[in-house]
Order: sequence, then structure tokens, then C-alpha cells
Amino acid sequence: MTCSEFLAQLDDLIDDKVSVRMRADLEEHLHGCEHCVITLSTTRKTIEIYRKHVIYELPNELRDRLQKAILAKCKKC
Amino acid sequence: MSTIQTQGTEEIHPDILLVNRARAGDVEAFEKLVRQYDRQVFRIAQHITQNREDAEDVVQDAFLKAYEKLNQFQGNSKFYTWLVRIAVNESLMRLRKRRTGRMVSIDEDVETEEGSMPRDLADWGPDPEEQYGQSEMADILRKTIQGLPPGFRVVFVLRDVEGLSTEETAETLGLSIPAVKSRLLRARLQLRERLNRYFRNRNKDGVK
Ligand SMILES: [Zn+2]
Repeated sequence: MTCSEFLAQLDDLIDDKVSVRMRADLEEHLHGCEHCVITLSTTRKTIEIYRKHVIYELPNELRDRLQKAILAKCKKC
Repeated sequence: MSTIQTQGTEEIHPDILLVNRARAGDVEAFEKLVRQYDRQVFRIAQHITQNREDAEDVVQDAFLKAYEKLNQFQGNSKFYTWLVRIAVNESLMRLRKRRTGRMVSIDEDVETEEGSMPRDLADWGPDPEEQYGQSEMADILRKTIQGLPPGFRVVFVLRDVEGLSTEETAETLGLSIPAVKSRLLRARLQLRERLNRYFRNRNKDGVK
């Protein structure tokens, strides 16, 4: 397996959607390729970091205001 | 996910029960749906529009539109996915308004050099974030994701941040599944490449 072929499966590997057979091939490639080991671990980390940090928080005051505005209009519908 | 089993028929998602009550005129049931999803809608809108006021407007308009169109909602998709679709469309409309003359489309497939084979590889260590404070980290993540083309950004946000499936993301954006997959891969790799500047090799230049 080449690095490009590995990369083509990267998402499915991260999302745990590869077949048992494909997984074995990917793991074999990882044993001999540090480049892809790092690509996999840092890409995983990238997703994890974006999931963990809420970068656009809706502040409570604004939230209340928006909810009230929405419901006031709904009641008029 | 909690679902209620009804005898002999398929499972009914709690949202569907709320939708049915709201359709019958129960505004409190709709309020529950608003409280459940307003944060997500705000995040998605802010990611797409990159503008706080627009994101606030999108939250209001998306829920109002959903309320008006409740009768058109078909129980065969999730309420959340349906709502996100409305929110994405509202967000894109506002983004286009602000960027008149500039092409804004989530349909265009952007060719970029980034997102192919990663270069410049260095491992990040077990906890690359620890060298930054919370707010500094949020700044870095905002700056990094803002640099992605809108069509990549929205796929990454829906799939990886908000947890929609590939199929739901495709349905929501009106894209094919292969298009979603190819954008997701490139979005992930581009973000990785950009975050690499901050996370590889700590204590190097630029880190306060
Ligand atoms: Zn490799």
C-alpha cells in the first residue's frame, strides 16, 4: 500500500468504517510508515480538539432574548 | 438516544412527539425544541456567516421558518436535520448578501493544494493544547477554521463538530455522498496542516 492509498482510506479509518481486511492492510502500512502514523494521529487530534472546544458560545442573556423573541412571534402565528 | 417504543410500529423520536404537539398549537412544545437546538443552530450559523449579528438573525429566522413550515415536515427525516437544513440555507443567504460580487457557494468544488499529501510532519505530543489558555485556544481554532473555503468549513462543522452522519450532511447540503466525503477529507487535512503551526514543537518561536 502506498501513502496515497492510505490517505484515501483515512476518513473511513478515523470514522471506524473500514472492513476487517482493509484495517489489517492499513495497519500493516502504519508499521512501516511514520509519515502516515503522524498524519493519522494529528488528524484525529484535530477533530478531537474541534469537538472539545465550543468556539462559538451562545451567551445565556442572548439566548434568553432570542428565545423570547422567537416564541413571541410564534404565538402570533 | 432515547426513543419511545410503540407496539407494533417503528420507534418514535421524542422530537417527533414535540413536533406533533406544536403542530396542534402547543407553543410550549415548540419552545422545548428551541431550547434543545438553539445553541447548535447558532454555532452552525456563526461558522458559515462568520458574523455574530447574522448568526443571531439566523437563529430567530430559522426557528420561525421551521415553525411556519411544521406542516411540511415529513417524519421520515430527523427534526434536527431538517432544522439544520433551514439554518444552513438562511446562513448562506446572509453570507451572500454580505459578499455581493464574490462567489459564495457550497456547491463549488474548490481545488486547493492543501489537503493533499501532508507535508512538514512532526508529531504533536500527547497534549498539544496545554501550552495555550482556553481563550487563546479558541482564538486559534476560530482563525484556523475561518481560513477554509465555506464549502469545506460547513461539511467539517456538520460532520465532525455537530455529529451529523455523512448521509445527513449530504441531504442537508444537497450534495452527493462522494462530494461530502471528498470535502471532509480535505477539510480535515487542511485544518491539521494549519494547526500544525501551533502544535508541533512547543517552546519554539511564536509561543508566548
Ligand atoms: Zn505512508
